[in-house]
Amino acid sequence: MAFDEYQKREFKQVGTRPNRPDGVDKVTGRAMYGADMTLPGMLIGRILRSPHAHAKIKSIDASAALALKGVKAVVTGDDFARPEDDFLRDVQENCMARGKALYDGHAVAAVAAIDAATAKAALKLIKVEYEILPHVTDVDAAMKAGAPIVQEGRTLENVPAGMSGNVTSHSEFGHGDPAAGFAKADKVVERSFKTAATHQGYIEPHAAVASVTTDGKADLWCCTQGHFFVRTLCAGMMGMEASQLRVTPSEIGGGFGGKTTVFIEPVALMLSRKAGRPVKVVMTRDEVFRATGPTVSTSIDVKIGMTKDGRITAGEAYLRYSGGAFPCGTIDMGGQAAFAAYDLEHVRTYGWNVLTNRPKEAAYRAPGAPQAIYAVESVVDELCLALKLDPLDVRLKNAAKKGTKSSYGPTFPDIGLVATLEAAKKHPHYTAPLAEGQARGLSCGFWFNFGGNTCVSLNVNTDGTVGITEGNPDIGGSRASVSLMAAEELGIPYEQIRTIVADTNSLGYNDVTDGSRVTFAVGLATIKAARDAVRKMCLRAAKIWDIDEEAVEWKDGAAVPAGPNAGRFPPMTLAEIAADSFATGGPIAGHHEVNVDGAGVSFGVHLVDVEVDRDTGATKVLRYTIFQDAGKAVHPDYVEGQMQGGAVQGIGWALNEEYIYGRDGRLQNAGFLDYRIPVASDLPPIETVILEIPNPGHPYGVRGVGETPIVPPLAAISNAVSRAIGTRMCELPMSPPRILKAIGTTA
Amino acid sequence: MVKVQLWGSLRSAADGRTEVEVEAKNFRQLLDGLRAAHPGLAPQIERGVSMSLNGVIYREAWFTEIPPDAEVVLMPYMTGG
Repeated sequence: MAFDEYQKREFKQVGTRPNRPDGVDKVTGRAMYGADMTLPGMLIGRILRSPHAHAKIKSIDASAALALKGVKAVVTGDDFARPEDDFLRDVQENCMARGKALYDGHAVAAVAAIDAATAKAALKLIKVEYEILPHVTDVDAAMKAGAPIVQEGRTLENVPAGMSGNVTSHSEFGHGDPAAGFAKADKVVERSFKTAATHQGYIEPHAAVASVTTDGKADLWCCTQGHFFVRTLCAGMMGMEASQLRVTPSEIGGGFGGKTTVFIEPVALMLSRKAGRPVKVVMTRDEVFRATGPTVSTSIDVKIGMTKDGRITAGEAYLRYSGGAFPCGTIDMGGQAAFAAYDLEHVRTYGWNVLTNRPKEAAYRAPGAPQAIYAVESVVDELCLALKLDPLDVRLKNAAKKGTKSSYGPTFPDIGLVATLEAAKKHPHYTAPLAEGQARGLSCGFWFNFGGNTCVSLNVNTDGTVGITEGNPDIGGSRASVSLMAAEELGIPYEQIRTIVADTNSLGYNDVTDGSRVTFAVGLATIKAARDAVRKMCLRAAKIWDIDEEAVEWKDGAAVPAGPNAGRFPPMTLAEIAADSFATGGPIAGHHEVNVDGAGVSFGVHLVDVEVDRDTGATKVLRYTIFQDAGKAVHPDYVEGQMQGGAVQGIGWALNEEYIYGRDGRLQNAGFLDYRIPVASDLPPIETVILEIPNPGHPYGVRGVGETPIVPPLAAISNAVSRAIGTRMCELPMSPPRILKAIGTTA
Repeated sequence: MVKVQLWGSLRSAADGRTEVEVEAKNFRQLLDGLRAAHPGLAPQIERGVSMSLNGVIYREAWFTEIPPDAEVVLMPYMTGG
């Protein structure tokens, strides 16, 4: 097996809530974020972006810009070699257009100058001759015959003949015969839904500092969720060997999936190579909105049949996702996740990815799942209302459980959905009285969770403390969780351990911080690295005591003789073994490298109460409770933070957030004044209920928790709003104008 | 022989079937067997696939042993955020 199985144990430190290791730096402003890096002789890079949604780039004349005093380099798409690999080529051409600008904000050129003012002035001197092309930004419009084709020749072999050239891929999941299932239903509901593209809304804009030397070496400092992947991408685009490009991640001010790829990093590197000096590029908020990766925008049809007593007889969904101007695989995950919470005999999803003149999608917590599950959970709620059934009872009646053939194929092992639903049903929130005009909604959520490539080193210092080197940027408290798991395994206090995130030359490859993988996978590797160190310390103790290695075991932070013939020796602590390490064989360290599997899927249930102002269309969220199977919660503060953060982002997604495009195909609301994320005054207290159902694929039972919480809020809030106003809402966000329109329709 | 369940849109690449059989003791042999028996699956395998073995999802694990009578489901290669 590629993973360690769970063994029940009594934890001494895991499950406690010690101080976070990055707290002081962050509250005092000492934490080094991407834009804080400065190098001697550093230039400032700025990027020129297309003002057109779709345009052929006929020519770029940078001569005037290069003639401006203080300008040291100009970069265009022609400076990069054209990668053969489709994936790498798409990432590169998203960073710098070649031949065509594919969306409003697409980078077309960049300058490096001695200061920001000069760089900005130089951008205005670059002459780009465009031939404006017809554009399409709506997913349904892009699928129609005659729609402008965003990119030619990107259709995969799995797309049925006769579809628009903007359709790049098709997927189908499920089992059974939905038609037969619908025939058994007492009630069938069919609905069509649309969800707007939303942005992760991380507070720290992208920032990078690149330094390329004339001997071919390069250093890159950037804010990212995965610096090893940044190295892979940038080395490929720059034609460099991985060993010659060292990437160091900064502290990160939020990512949520949006920093799992590159946007400015290769541009900064190319500017530095051409200028011969370090170059810093920092995005403005306008650039973050226009040119990084929001979610897919979607259009979804769902059909579900139900018997009078609440048994779902069949489910079917048609999902159309647009990941912007480049092919995107998120549709596959939406199709698999849509009905994952249900035990269904007949289920089928059909999905299509569609090109539009929008920025290239990047991941956003559980990519593809929130939209699909929003549509399914909305129809389930409508059926519950129509058949006068309790929505929690219906979900319990149909809940996926151990032995269920999932809607995406595999048979579920032990899962925690029923436990989360039962916890929700028992909670006082579910039966709390509601005032006139208020309503309650709920939704299930699901996410797969992943493991992945992970490499950890654990060094035992001679004073008895421990340093841990790992390779995943800490976006959700992983340094604290890693330290806690090492403390648990070694038997020393949490405070005696310091975990750092190392650069790409200091450690083997680590996958990106995504897929809710870090506490699970890095935690597993840390436990194994600690056990490696413990084995070595036991050997040192055995040598000192002059007994067999097998006669020594580790207990409560010390080596102790074990067995009747081991002899009588007092425990030898980690600190004592470490102090003598130079004399007993040298430094002591533990290592572990693994590609981890066995992450285990995760379910959550969200309950929400809302009140809708029928005059303004504004929705107020009154009460919110989250139930989630987290496996073992290593540091419950962070687990609760992940759950609450998901709910907050989901509230924004459900009620206000959307990419709004004008008829000219340009983004109309590229700033936080017009793209409205929730602020504290929009939010109620968010209660969390953690269920600790151990993941059998992890030695401590840990399960990923970071993504599932973004899945249920969309439907939970939509169901509550729909019940409050008496009409089914089928489009996100449910902004005041849409609510007023729906109320008007009802009236 | 290992029975491999395919997702629906691979049906056209596997002679209309959503379950195929290949001789394989591990994930790598399974992928090689699928490519050989059903060349239409090769483009998807090259793009990336995951494998669910008795309900546990593996993304890249060539040498994971496939026990007799195991439930094996081929899935797209998946990523998170």
